[in-house]
Amino acid sequence: MIAAWLKTLSDSGRRDLAFAALTLALFIAVTCAFPGFAAPRNLSGLLDDTAILILLALGQMLVILVRGIDLSIAANLALCGMLAALANRAFPGAGVAPLLALSLGCGALLGACNGLLVWKLRLPPIVVTLGTMSIYRGAIYLLSHGAWVNENEMSGDFLAFTRAQWLGLSTLSWLALGCAALFILVLRGSRRARDLYAAGGNPEAASYAGIDPGRMQFIAYTICGGIAGLAGYLWVARFAVAYTDIALGFELQVIAACLIGGVAIAGGVGSAFGVVLGCLFIGIIRSSLPLVGISAFWQMFINGAVILVAVLLSARRREGQRSILEART
Amino acid sequence: MTAGRLLRWESMLAVVLVLEFVLFSALSPYFLSVDTLSDATFNFTERALVALPLALLIIAGEIDISVAGIIALASVAMGMGAAQGVGTAGLAGIGLGTGLLAGAVNGALVTFGRVPSIVATIGTMTLFRGAAYAVLGDRVLKDYPESFASFGQGYFAGAVSNELALFAAFAVLFGVFLHRTRWGRTIFAIGANPVASRFAGIPVNRYRFALFAATGLFSGLAAVLLTSRLGSTRPSIAQGWELEIVSMVILGGVSVWGGKGSIVGVVLAALVFGLVTFGLGLMNIPGIVMSIFTGALLILVVAVPAWMNRT
Repeated sequence: MIAAWLKTLSDSGRRDLAFAALTLALFIAVTCAFPGFAAPRNLSGLLDDTAILILLALGQMLVILVRGIDLSIAANLALCGMLAALANRAFPGAGVAPLLALSLGCGALLGACNGLLVWKLRLPPIVVTLGTMSIYRGAIYLLSHGAWVNENEMSGDFLAFTRAQWLGLSTLSWLALGCAALFILVLRGSRRARDLYAAGGNPEAASYAGIDPGRMQFIAYTICGGIAGLAGYLWVARFAVAYTDIALGFELQVIAACLIGGVAIAGGVGSAFGVVLGCLFIGIIRSSLPLVGISAFWQMFINGAVILVAVLLSARRREGQRSILEART
Repeated sequence: MTAGRLLRWESMLAVVLVLEFVLFSALSPYFLSVDTLSDATFNFTERALVALPLALLIIAGEIDISVAGIIALASVAMGMGAAQGVGTAGLAGIGLGTGLLAGAVNGALVTFGRVPSIVATIGTMTLFRGAAYAVLGDRVLKDYPESFASFGQGYFAGAVSNELALFAAFAVLFGVFLHRTRWGRTIFAIGANPVASRFAGIPVNRYRFALFAATGLFSGLAAVLLTSRLGSTRPSIAQGWELEIVSMVILGGVSVWGGKGSIVGVVLAALVFGLVTFGLGLMNIPGIVMSIFTGALLILVVAVPAWMNRT
């Protein structure tokens, strides 16, 4: 019966399932060695630590699905986070809602800049976002004059928003879970999402079918930017500090999470569920390193190794076909 | 037609270079002196040495963004060698060997592993720099023998540094190789149409592998020079250089889509780039603000031709 059910799954569905089993196995292995690892407190902490990565990776996934890549995602986050921190310092009484709107809006605007360059001028995504990455970083310096915004310059509700607990989980965790659920539902069900996959899977065929692949890229970059902007405020509020170099190099971890989660860099293949798993996989490794007694400096190396294994495996499996739009036979 | 356009691109770069000279000598009285200009060359020679093979790689339709990671890895390998008491020649060998090996890993991933070069090198970039961090953590290696400093700090003749002399020699070599030999023509052919090249009997993957290995080797060379000049190794060494090196190549008129480009353009771009960095430094503009300029330049350089082709 299980074999029959497995047959109804698409290729990427099967991959997600196998990867879920692997993640679970990793989790069980760590728990066997360190029983405290599965304690509810530790798990909610793990989710809290991984929440921003999940948010960003979901945005990045959209961009990679349409054959793009957003290297500026961490710089976007840092710039919007700095903006939120400066706005909060200037108007401490304004509350959190305007800050959420500000960071989301600015992020979307920065993402739209990437999207416009890619769509209207057909520039290669890697060059565009490599460029905007350093422009956005530089802009933070110009905004802040290189100074830090510290905890004592942040208002109480600015800091409290991400940390408030609901049913044992922080607002941050709930945001990530909500966003993940939304992505899983929308990417499965909606027509616009199918357009996105089609535009990434085969842009030429998609444009004959009346879908503008460039416009899809623009939409993906804008959404990704918006998420990055929002994550900027969340990051600054969570770590209670804003400066030019926050989240430096984080874009690589985000891309790593996507690749590990089964998103194909060639576009058109990937699922939100897989990406969330990829983030949790990284999160579990990161939080178990100190338990095993390995220095945190190994994290980057392990990420690199995992990326390479993931892309090598997917290069072996991918022989010409794109799995997401295949009929479920 | 193509040659005409490229020539125009290169003359544009030359004009920019002259403008920079005029501007900076007007802005700073210290700019136009042999010593200052000799110092200025250190701003680009190491990066430009990596840009030469990378230009060939990009012309062949691939990309390597792990170059800065390779520099870090090679530098750490040399630092560890130095701590074990390896001599100057041995250290240079370690640096070059590590670079070559790392480049071969990239090449193997792309050819045998059939992984797209961008993903493969994102992975190895993380892996190589990750290895540097894993080994060093927050420590610094600086037990280099005194004679090791001669690579990056020595002068070949007069005000011409070893680095500059090396760059000039390799620029000529690469120029001749790319534009005057059958192998160079083949690289253009692979970049213009890899499938057709394959059908024409060109061992495309062998070329790709060799180009990745060469890019690794030159990253190793850059690591030797940079480490020798700084006299110390931290895992964050050459952080962000991939952006600057790729920018240099693209600013030089090499098409990101492959199949087009020239070494003259890359050399001119390296000069333009180095002078801008140095000139802005003379005017006390911090590095992070310069990165705005670098990023904007990178986008402009690809956007302007795209814009002109559109209309």
